Amino acid sequence: MSLIAIVKRECETCQLLAPVLAMLAGRRPLVVYSQDDPGFPPGLPGVRDDRSLETSWRHGVEIVPALLELDGGAVVARSEGWNRAEWATLTGIADLGDGLPAARPGCASRTLDPGMPERLALRYGGLAFRSRRIEVAEEADPLEIAYDRGWSDGLPVVPPTPLRVARMLAGTDREPDEVIGPIPPNLVRCTVEKAAVNAVMAGCRPEYFPVVLATIEAALRPEFSMHGLLATLWFSGPVIIVNGPVARRIGMNSGGNALGQGNRANSTIGRALQLVVRNVGGGIPGEVDRSVLGNPGKHTFCFAEDESDPRWTPLNVARGQPPGSSSVTLFHGDGVQAVGAQASRTPEALCRSLALALWAVGHPKLVRFSNAILVISPDHWAIFKSAGWGREEVERGLREALRRPADALLADAGGVAEGVDRARAGTMVDKFHEGGLLVVRAGGRGGLLSAIIGGWSAQRNPAEVRAVTHPIRT
Amino acid sequence: MRNEPYEMLDPTGELSPVIRTRTPPPEGLDGMVVGLLCIAKERSEEFLDTLETGLAALGISVRRLRKPTHTKPAPADVIQDAAEHCDVVVEGLAD
Repeated sequence: MSLIAIVKRECETCQLLAPVLAMLAGRRPLVVYSQDDPGFPPGLPGVRDDRSLETSWRHGVEIVPALLELDGGAVVARSEGWNRAEWATLTGIADLGDGLPAARPGCASRTLDPGMPERLALRYGGLAFRSRRIEVAEEADPLEIAYDRGWSDGLPVVPPTPLRVARMLAGTDREPDEVIGPIPPNLVRCTVEKAAVNAVMAGCRPEYFPVVLATIEAALRPEFSMHGLLATLWFSGPVIIVNGPVARRIGMNSGGNALGQGNRANSTIGRALQLVVRNVGGGIPGEVDRSVLGNPGKHTFCFAEDESDPRWTPLNVARGQPPGSSSVTLFHGDGVQAVGAQASRTPEALCRSLALALWAVGHPKLVRFSNAILVISPDHWAIFKSAGWGREEVERGLREALRRPADALLADAGGVAEGVDRARAGTMVDKFHEGGLLVVRAGGRGGLLSAIIGGWSAQRNPAEVRAVTHPIRT
Repeated sequence: MRNEPYEMLDPTGELSPVIRTRTPPPEGLDGMVVGLLCIAKERSEEFLDTLETGLAALGISVRRLRKPTHTKPAPADVIQDAAEHCDVVVEGLAD
């Protein structure tokens, strides 16, 4: 049995206890460790220097002063802060600290300084990574090394140092070696740790990491067909829509320029998924990725839905998630088509106007081919809302406006070879599959403008290729 | 001087070795343009003249390039010229 005390000069309670420690050291074998100044406490010989915080970390000290009883190196009893009764129990001496209050709180141990827990865990073996380490020579630039090794999507990546990855892993409760799933095309098993390495490179903060993990899980659901989306000649990539409280907590943008640049969470969460597919899965343009043209969204395409109006049912709730829960919805989408529907003033007229633009998705003469996301801006929403419309009415209005007679759309009609099977002449056809049009609200005020994100041609096989909505957990 | 080595964790599926192999040389030079880059040391041009004669005799196209001094890497425009016009490049001559 031995007694140790851990203090820091910066702590007033520790200063108050300096005479107590001196007296204690005279009556019991006591070793005192100082976290910031080996000359503190004054007048006490043999104070050990724990500025490296190794001892403090190994004994799990969170508050100083800490008085610990050790047996064979393990802590069997402790008192944190000053508490005469507890110190009496630990030391067997009843009237310690004559003139001091019975108790007084301590201060935070330096092991809890910002950024310190991960640094100490790395240094003293609390955290062991399984990923290979790539050493960067002193004269080399880690950014260039990352480019040379093919880790980049074209833009610079944040060098994934062990400390940065340790901090990213602190953003989740999940264990680093937990397997999320096999990433196409190489079907390499992606662990939480590998996801963290790529999330660091993408520029994510640790608090975005649960969203990144949910995004990867969603992409791996069989009905999402991530391999097909990667390999296709078509231009699509994963488009991520975030719903729920998490969006506001991590500062996502659902307002002005929500589909564009300028917001760290929007930009980096989408990028993390793309980097995982590239680096863990080995999915690279010119190799398995055969997209004829791609689209800028394949760098990143992620935004939050505008949930500020309770009249509008959020996308994830409409798709079956519990109200108030946080989810990601993944769609296979291309770029953004702006719709200048600036003259329509009634909800029915606006639906017809937006539907006309939606007919262009995939090809104006093709039905049940590509699906789409319609992003309704605040000013367009105001037109729907003032007529008492909510999601149900908007979706019904669009569905009706997206139904047409097949005849003008038949293959070869109008001198255009593409089109609907001639066997459907005389019938009415719907542009999209049942549930193929996802409607969300986002954007800034000031423009009677909404946006269409066109979908992937493989969505013509709805049994095999579907958008997915997936819960976000910590 | 760094106190600790700078390390990055590997973000990939680790299917290829950490030490990367060089791009393998081509199997032959038929149909290729060979750049001969003179590094501006003594007798470099004469050496490359001899190479050019030998390659021409084999029917291989040659493009002559030169950098202003051997004491610095080739300027960007010389490198870009090589990238645009040549399939392989031989540089010489170090004495």
